[in-house]
Amino acid sequence: MAERLTLELATPARLVVSAEVDEVVVPGSQGYFGVLPGHAPLLATLGIGEVTYRVGRDEYHVAASGGFAEVRNDKVIILADVAETPADIDRARAERARDRAEGRLAGRAASQEEIDYTRAMCALARALTRIQVASRGQ
Amino acid sequence: MATLRDIQRRIRSVQSTQKITRAMKLVAAAKLRRAQERILSARPYASKMAELLSNLVSGAEDAGHPLLEQREGPRRQIVIITADRGLAGAFNSNIIRRANELIRGSSSAEITLVVVGRKARDFFRRRTYTIRRDLVAFWDRLNYTHAKDLADYFMQQFLDHEVDEVVLLYNEFRSVVAQRPVRVQLLPIPHAETGGGEGTPAEQVDYIYEPSPEAILGDLLPRHVRMQVWRALMESAAGEQGARMTAMEAASKNAKDIIGILTIQYNKARQEKITKELLDIVGGAEALKQGAEA
Repeated sequence: MAERLTLELATPARLVVSAEVDEVVVPGSQGYFGVLPGHAPLLATLGIGEVTYRVGRDEYHVAASGGFAEVRNDKVIILADVAETPADIDRARAERARDRAEGRLAGRAASQEEIDYTRAMCALARALTRIQVASRGQ
Repeated sequence: MATLRDIQRRIRSVQSTQKITRAMKLVAAAKLRRAQERILSARPYASKMAELLSNLVSGAEDAGHPLLEQREGPRRQIVIITADRGLAGAFNSNIIRRANELIRGSSSAEITLVVVGRKARDFFRRRTYTIRRDLVAFWDRLNYTHAKDLADYFMQQFLDHEVDEVVLLYNEFRSVVAQRPVRVQLLPIPHAETGGGEGTPAEQVDYIYEPSPEAILGDLLPRHVRMQVWRALMESAAGEQGARMTAMEAASKNAKDIIGILTIQYNKARQEKITKELLDIVGGAEALKQGAEA
């Protein structure tokens, strides 16, 4: 069994992470799942959340949303629509986005337009993930 | 016969033109580098995506996704991608010529256009075409969102049965000195692209799918379309700078040649003038001498 995983995290704009790692936790659309060396081949869609990977004892976090994750032959490939490391995140902006989304959610009854509701929920989830990742970076 | 002053004026004019073309060349080179980096950094995502797609289509039992649906309908949408500015050699006119050929050559009863870049818009707006959408003056701040908006618009139209086919026409960036107009069918997604046509026979991997293969495919296909549009935009952006660089290089060289020719002309004219003056003086002195002897 190989001891390590090769992780590649790419977005349409750039390759965000390319590293040898010991463990990856991926925010799948059906929930978070962890990947260790020797994992069975897997293809999953990505939700909104935090990709966490561990190298030795160091943990790294990346905020990601939308896309796919593939695990095959101890290679983890994550194709995200958006992915940001703590250094990329503008925390103040994320906080404003959170407040905006919360305001929008509070301001309307659940019966009102479904799309706007979903959109606001997604915006909120993204903002919260960013804030969380940003705070880990400190 | 041009006077000395005229020639000098022309030399100066050509010199200032040369300064401009040189500066434009340098700017284009800098922009080109950035555009190339962008293409390179998108490559991992794009190649991985293609691989996933072919794996998945062979994995999913029934690839009957609406975006794959081949229709017989006649309504074709042509997306014409040019630059906003000229002075880039045949970069824009090549695309426009190809577009014209395509429009004339196709039997489609109903053609609609989407024009990207000011050159395409200005050209086709003056003619009797149905332009559904345009996108101009964005090249300097090109990013993925532009591609996503465009691609989502195409898919929406396709799924709503507004159009039956979407074709992209853009300059492919082959190298700094070579751009080639290419035509790519965007929608419906051609089977060749999903059939593992990348040369490597897609080895059958027994994946755990989360959720189902069909759901993942449904997620993947729109992204594939967006990526295609994104690639077209990036290639065109890089190609534009490459074409401009080459054009300006040629223009600078041309200016140098002209300055050389004009300088020779100037020197000849100057020599002539001096000779003439000398003759006058000699002739005058001779006349005076003869007058004194007489």
